[in-house]
Amino acid sequence: MRGIVTVLGKDSVGIIAKICSYMSERNVNVLDISQTIVGGYFNMMMVVDLSGSTEPLASMTVGLETLGRDIGVVVRLQHEDIFNAMHRI
Amino acid sequence: MISIYEAQETIRMIAEANLDVRTITMGISLLDCADTDLDAFCGKIYDKISRKAEHLVRVGDDIAKEYGIPVVNKRVSVTPIAIAAAGCRCDGYVEIARALDRAAEAIGINFIGGFSALVQKGMTLEDNKLMDSIPPALAQTERVCSSVCVASTRSGINVDAVNRVARVVKDTAMLTGERGSAGCTKFVVFCNAVDDNPFMAGAFHGVGEGDASINVGVSGPGVVKRALESVRGADFETLCETVKRTAFKITRVGQLVAQEAARRLKVPFGSIDLSLAPTPAVGDSVAEILQEMGLEQPGAPGTTAAIAILNDSVKKGGVMASSYVGGLSGAFIPVSEDHGMIEAVQAGALTLEKLEAMSCVCSVGLDMIAIPGDSSTETISGIIMDEMAIGMVNNKTTAVRIIPVAGKGVGDMVEFGGLMGAAPVMEANKFRCADFVRRGGRIPAPIHSFRN
Repeated sequence: MRGIVTVLGKDSVGIIAKICSYMSERNVNVLDISQTIVGGYFNMMMVVDLSGSTEPLASMTVGLETLGRDIGVVVRLQHEDIFNAMHRI
Repeated sequence: MISIYEAQETIRMIAEANLDVRTITMGISLLDCADTDLDAFCGKIYDKISRKAEHLVRVGDDIAKEYGIPVVNKRVSVTPIAIAAAGCRCDGYVEIARALDRAAEAIGINFIGGFSALVQKGMTLEDNKLMDSIPPALAQTERVCSSVCVASTRSGINVDAVNRVARVVKDTAMLTGERGSAGCTKFVVFCNAVDDNPFMAGAFHGVGEGDASINVGVSGPGVVKRALESVRGADFETLCETVKRTAFKITRVGQLVAQEAARRLKVPFGSIDLSLAPTPAVGDSVAEILQEMGLEQPGAPGTTAAIAILNDSVKKGGVMASSYVGGLSGAFIPVSEDHGMIEAVQAGALTLEKLEAMSCVCSVGLDMIAIPGDSSTETISGIIMDEMAIGMVNNKTTAVRIIPVAGKGVGDMVEFGGLMGAAPVMEANKFRCADFVRRGGRIPAPIHSFRN
């Protein structure tokens, strides 16, 4: 099972580092990262492998939301299938 | 691999344009609960509902968290009670409504549908008992929704039943008068009622269905409106294509959620309802789509054409995205649940007659319409008959959910609260139709129903 993490907010030092350490603490492997910065706004997408995760997806989504609030960005973790359903036939 | 732009598009739909799954509705058959003893029957239905749907709310909430898409409502529909309770030796069914209400409360859902009867051709003793019980049942329960099917393309219109339900509407309005006659917001009169409708107040679990099924209603008027903003001024081909593409994406999400819910609840997937259903929130309105299409207000000339195009394009896009499409699958235009519709009524742009015309080309009829409390039972019968005739002749589902608000007149506002919204009291045509509706009997099925 793979998940997609998206981050949107004002750019600052250490956003990726904090999210990556949250992931590694839960044995979640980061497969791919892409990012853009437009007008000082940080826009990042991370594909993660949840198959070995030590925490259920539903509670991680809440944890990442809280982490995002602490560092001033909006962080979402969603099951990859919602994007595949919408954008792939 | 999904690109960052695709991911952002999905997230914008959810975060900014109110994309959600409007309801996961579990249909549950109560046929195996039959019992001659009323208390035993009530006990059996309570047990079956609370057992089958025990995890419905949790599963809906888990899916919402994991996929990042709100699942707004979790609901249950049951076998029409006039059928399920036919074996009970009792005088009325209010006690059954209370049992349904308790079961709904126990599993944490806001509505349960199926306090219903199907009387398009004739009324049994049990159907009459059910209809007698509707006004007190709706007054004494919070979550129970009721519907009666009084017409179909195959059977015609049962005018005796129309007159009967018109009295049900009036009585319910009186009994819940101190709450804005809100009991009527939970009662729908149907032509060509469908067995797998997930939307309240008209949901019931048809007798041709299995023991249980999962039906999902997707929504997203805000997403369609947002998409149309990008093609402002373009021709109709572009407009229709844009709606189709958007409906496809919305429905694929609904299909995913429906399959996942069915798998986790171990209940077969029934169907997806492709209706565009508004809520009172700004940015979640069908009226706003009509305005984006180029109408100053819903009700302006061109409105019927606009809603026809919208409805058809949503279906064309949605059908390709789902393995089973069912339910009502049309554009909903409930006045009280759509701030744009309310404003159109208040501006004098939208009348009862125009809403009736719109229902010829989209589901679902006259929905959540408040009329003066002193409207006669015969006038309500006439309004219902008109809407039933549209459904019967056009071989489509139509419905009437009308609220003659006790003590209110044209122009007054009535608050139903929560999901039901608020409605301006609209004018009902004052000319009499009593001699017409009182003829009674049954209107024969139209010629084109004989297809064999």
